Amino acid sequence: MELLRLGAGETFTGEGILAVTKALLQCGVGYVGGYQGAPISHLMDVLSDASHILEELGVHFEASANEAAAAAMLSASMHYPIRGAATWKSTVGTNVAADALANLASGGVTGGALIIVGEDYGEGSSIMQERSHAFAMKSQIWLLDPRPDAPSIVKAVEDGFALSEASNTPVMLELRIRACHVHGSFVAKDNVRSAFSLEEARDAPRRDTGRIVLPPASFEHEQEKVRERWPAAVEFIRANRLNETFDGDLSECGIILQGGMYNGVVTALRHLGLANIFGDSRIPLYVMNVTYPLIEDEIVAFCDGKKSVLMVEEGQPAYLEQAVNAILRDNAVTTPLHGKDVLPAAGEYTGAAMMDGLRGFLEQTKSVAGLLAPAPAAALSRAAAGQLADAMPARPPGFCTGCPERPIFSALTLAQQDVGERYVAADIGCHLFSIMPPFNIGASTMGYGLGAASASGLNVGAGRRTISIMGDGGFWHNGLTSGIGNAVFNKSDDVILIVDNFYSAATGGQDLLSSRARPANRSTHHPIADAVRGVGVKWVRVVDPTYDVARMRDVLKDALTTGEPGPKVVIAASECMLNRQRREKPVMRKAMAEGRRVVKQVFGVDEDVCTGDHACMRISGCPSLTLKDTGDPLRDDPVATVDRSCVACGHCGEVAQAAILCPSFYRADTIHNANLWDRFRASVRASLIGYLQRRRASARALEVPASRAGTP
Amino acid sequence: MGARKATSPEPITIAILAIGGQGGGVITNWLVRLAESQGWQAQSTSVPGVAQRTGATIYYVEMLPATRRRPVLALLPFPGAVDLVVAAEWMEAGRAVQRGFVTPQRTVLIASTHRAYAISEKSAPGRDFADDDAVAGAVNAASRKLLSADFARAADAAGSVISASLFGAISACGVLPFPREAFEAVIRDGGAGAAASLKAFANGVVAAGGQTAKAAGGRASTKLSGGTKAQRDAFDELCRSVMTDFPAPCREIINAGLVRLVDFQDVAYGQEYLARLARVASLADGHAGLIGELARYLANAMAYQDVIRVADLKTRAARFERVRREAGARDGQIVSVREYLHPRIEEMRSLFPARFQRLAHSKAMRAVLGWFAGAKRVRTDRMSGFVLLYGLAGLRRWRRGTIRHRAEMDHIDGWLDRVAAAARDNRDLAVEIVRCRGLIKGYGDTHARGVGKYDRVLDGIDRIKERDDAADWARRLREAARKDAEGSTLDGALKTIADLAAS
Repeated sequence: MELLRLGAGETFTGEGILAVTKALLQCGVGYVGGYQGAPISHLMDVLSDASHILEELGVHFEASANEAAAAAMLSASMHYPIRGAATWKSTVGTNVAADALANLASGGVTGGALIIVGEDYGEGSSIMQERSHAFAMKSQIWLLDPRPDAPSIVKAVEDGFALSEASNTPVMLELRIRACHVHGSFVAKDNVRSAFSLEEARDAPRRDTGRIVLPPASFEHEQEKVRERWPAAVEFIRANRLNETFDGDLSECGIILQGGMYNGVVTALRHLGLANIFGDSRIPLYVMNVTYPLIEDEIVAFCDGKKSVLMVEEGQPAYLEQAVNAILRDNAVTTPLHGKDVLPAAGEYTGAAMMDGLRGFLEQTKSVAGLLAPAPAAALSRAAAGQLADAMPARPPGFCTGCPERPIFSALTLAQQDVGERYVAADIGCHLFSIMPPFNIGASTMGYGLGAASASGLNVGAGRRTISIMGDGGFWHNGLTSGIGNAVFNKSDDVILIVDNFYSAATGGQDLLSSRARPANRSTHHPIADAVRGVGVKWVRVVDPTYDVARMRDVLKDALTTGEPGPKVVIAASECMLNRQRREKPVMRKAMAEGRRVVKQVFGVDEDVCTGDHACMRISGCPSLTLKDTGDPLRDDPVATVDRSCVACGHCGEVAQAAILCPSFYRADTIHNANLWDRFRASVRASLIGYLQRRRASARALEVPASRAGTP
Repeated sequence: MGARKATSPEPITIAILAIGGQGGGVITNWLVRLAESQGWQAQSTSVPGVAQRTGATIYYVEMLPATRRRPVLALLPFPGAVDLVVAAEWMEAGRAVQRGFVTPQRTVLIASTHRAYAISEKSAPGRDFADDDAVAGAVNAASRKLLSADFARAADAAGSVISASLFGAISACGVLPFPREAFEAVIRDGGAGAAASLKAFANGVVAAGGQTAKAAGGRASTKLSGGTKAQRDAFDELCRSVMTDFPAPCREIINAGLVRLVDFQDVAYGQEYLARLARVASLADGHAGLIGELARYLANAMAYQDVIRVADLKTRAARFERVRREAGARDGQIVSVREYLHPRIEEMRSLFPARFQRLAHSKAMRAVLGWFAGAKRVRTDRMSGFVLLYGLAGLRRWRRGTIRHRAEMDHIDGWLDRVAAAARDNRDLAVEIVRCRGLIKGYGDTHARGVGKYDRVLDGIDRIKERDDAADWARRLREAARKDAEGSTLDGALKTIADLAAS
């Protein structure tokens, strides 16, 4: 946090996305809005916690209701010379924001407007694989794709604001996941207060109908974009050398790359023997830190006279390759351009993909081919690799240990066993993991907050009711109107299940309207049930806590069978366990250390009562509920066991009871720092119970020793 | 591997493969701070997000001594160019090899041998674990040097988590040129939980050195802990008959079965076990494979899990000790236990003496038992709860007369008749029929489904038992039934059998 206060000359060390946050303050940003989501959640979280620093600088920060709200906020830069920034996960957030962005881009801006998109593409991504590039092109928003190191990212923020102001156009800064999470350092500058304050802007209203998207101005905007703003941008980018050219002695070929690909390309060249660790490449490089618009004469100058050039562009469609090809043809440059012919047409450019692609390209140039380091031999024979691939179990993401959403889906599984299988529409959020084993529940996901809306196509009157699900995050993002209001208005008879876990949990635990926390600068405690009733739902049930599997099942069955007309809304409420642990663990540890009485709970399975049928696994999937071998020679199958990560949510025991599985589960409460009364009671009980146990043990002909192989 | 130029430094590259919650991020942060504390520069990246939630995640670190010019470091591992791979779980070690990060020329691999089972492995009925040996072969072949040990246990012994013990292994593996003290200083500066982490770190160093202490293995020997002299003599007699009446390879498992059944009921019950076993053995002509399998499945079948058995197991002193141990309670700490029970009318009814069968199934009795049925939380550390279960366990002496016991014995004898019939003509088929008894598992509905599957499989086997390849078909049927919790793939297999029998 205090990193944000660093002054000129001091070294900032931290994550890429945190560097962006600091850069915003250095650029004199006046206001920031956004919607959380990997990989930019950290930016939002830091600004939320940094209210005192923002106050000092007069920066207004909003945790926006959704990305459209964040984008609309940028209109403050339309009439006033105030720098503003908005951030979200892309392309999903950009989809939501597209309406506001298009209007903003049409009218243009006076103050710099920077849109920071976390490009959630490639390994670990949770969304559809698309490019934000298309949005930049369609609305004519300039797109920055800087080299993925802290100084370059910080410079891109500075350049972005300046470019935006020079061309009266919003600018989009694209950061891939790894760049957001890269740990690095840069030399800081002093933070700057916005010269034009937000209060000034509010108190002296301005309007300019020429900036508003209404005919005839809207037609004029389009002309302005191509006649004035585009050339201004090109001029600024060229004059300030935002793109970089690195010369190399093997000038017969060259590589054009997105800035974000730079480290990958240089590393691949290094492993091929054509570059060193400092980026000195023997192959000339043209690094596009700005990937839209393209600077025609720079490209022509780079390619002209070369025997071949490679375009390294991640993702598809290959907008850049197409554009560069068009530029070369327009300028009658005959240099062949390679790209997706040697590199993968789709998917992340991993180390292997980059190596293979560059090798494929360079081998085509005779003077270079001989210089390439040999490819490493495969570590395994084909047969061994195949055998290994067969052995690997998939690890789909699932609910965390103790997650309050697990019991909801256990209950839904049990309810469907009773009333028959239903069409289930899912949404975006942690609950989406229900689609994976062991629950295998959920047939679709159409977008954040669109769970209920996505079931509305099957709203065909009374009958076998569908179930749609949304989280509290999606509900407040737009689900209240697009889902609930829509269902009321269109007289849906179906069931909507809202998961209320007190946070926008999947994005890292940010607060929402219905959160139970009381942050000083936000208004919370607005119950979802009130909002749902407010838009006209008559049948509303709240199940709190969700861990009561039997009640949860019964309420769902009721919702699926009641005669009440209109949509049936079930709100399942319990706090996200990840956040709850984050809150409670330190308190408990402190109490324990201070010698106060603390009861620590864990669950367990009696290994000799468990028969190894694994029925509990199929309706739980808790990470802490796993298997072990008992060492009992009579047993063929491993039995259930609860490992040390248990947080005692009680779900396994609840399920064992609700589904009448088995009597193997127990909860053990250990009292730390027991008081006198605890000790007295315990010793009386222990002596009586001990007496009975000894009595029976001696009557029994034989007792199998309980300790078997494997117990430490 | 890339050509290394003498003039240009090369970074040390480290990939960490972990499952969400294992602390891969913690190791990564420690590595960065370690490098920086030694005057090096480091870059780390990761792809958290969805993968964080129980999925597999890769963290990547590059580091090198401080340089005047800023180096260009990679954001993801390049195959053939990783110096150290740390896999926080055995299958993840395999995944590292599969993804090409581990190469024989360059890579030191630290791999924890413990398993964190994937959901597919856990939810499969029976045993369906991934092939550990396939991974063992691959990691050995692919790595320059392999340091494998159970680092989860090393951490557990210190009351810490695996990130700390793996960090110890990293310090010991020799890839990073930093002294052990520098590693420990990084942990110490981390604050909370540093003491336990340091202990786990030390365990990790030891484990990586291959000096990991193996858990005391082997089974404790059987001892008589009570009973009358007559009972003890009878038991000794039974043990002797195991030695004389059964082939040597089966004796150990038969002994285990004998002990289980004496523990379950009494010495006479152990005698019944041996008698049933002897009946098949006499037909099987000393076929050790058949007798051994039968000894196992018969013991499990006879030690069926009724209310009496469950109450008995839950009230034993040894069980109380195990609960304390699993809860991590230290000496002197008080532990209370809540049993999650859901007795059904069926289970209670089955405790009635067989001659009261009609009374047990009457409407009135159903109403009475209904009072006691349903979800119950029983505190076995309290007298009230303990005495309730203790009393139920005490019904053992009347068990032989219960409805349940009669039903179980009838079922077992029906099964044994089929085994005996096959034992004469087709011993492989007999073994398969024996194994079918393993389909019956669990309690309540799960148990009922198991019985249903067992019945259908045996009916299927009856149709083809005359065929030469009957054993093969029996095995396929049983596998189909086992793998499918709901029994729908079994339908397909049975249909094939029916067609076969008709042709």
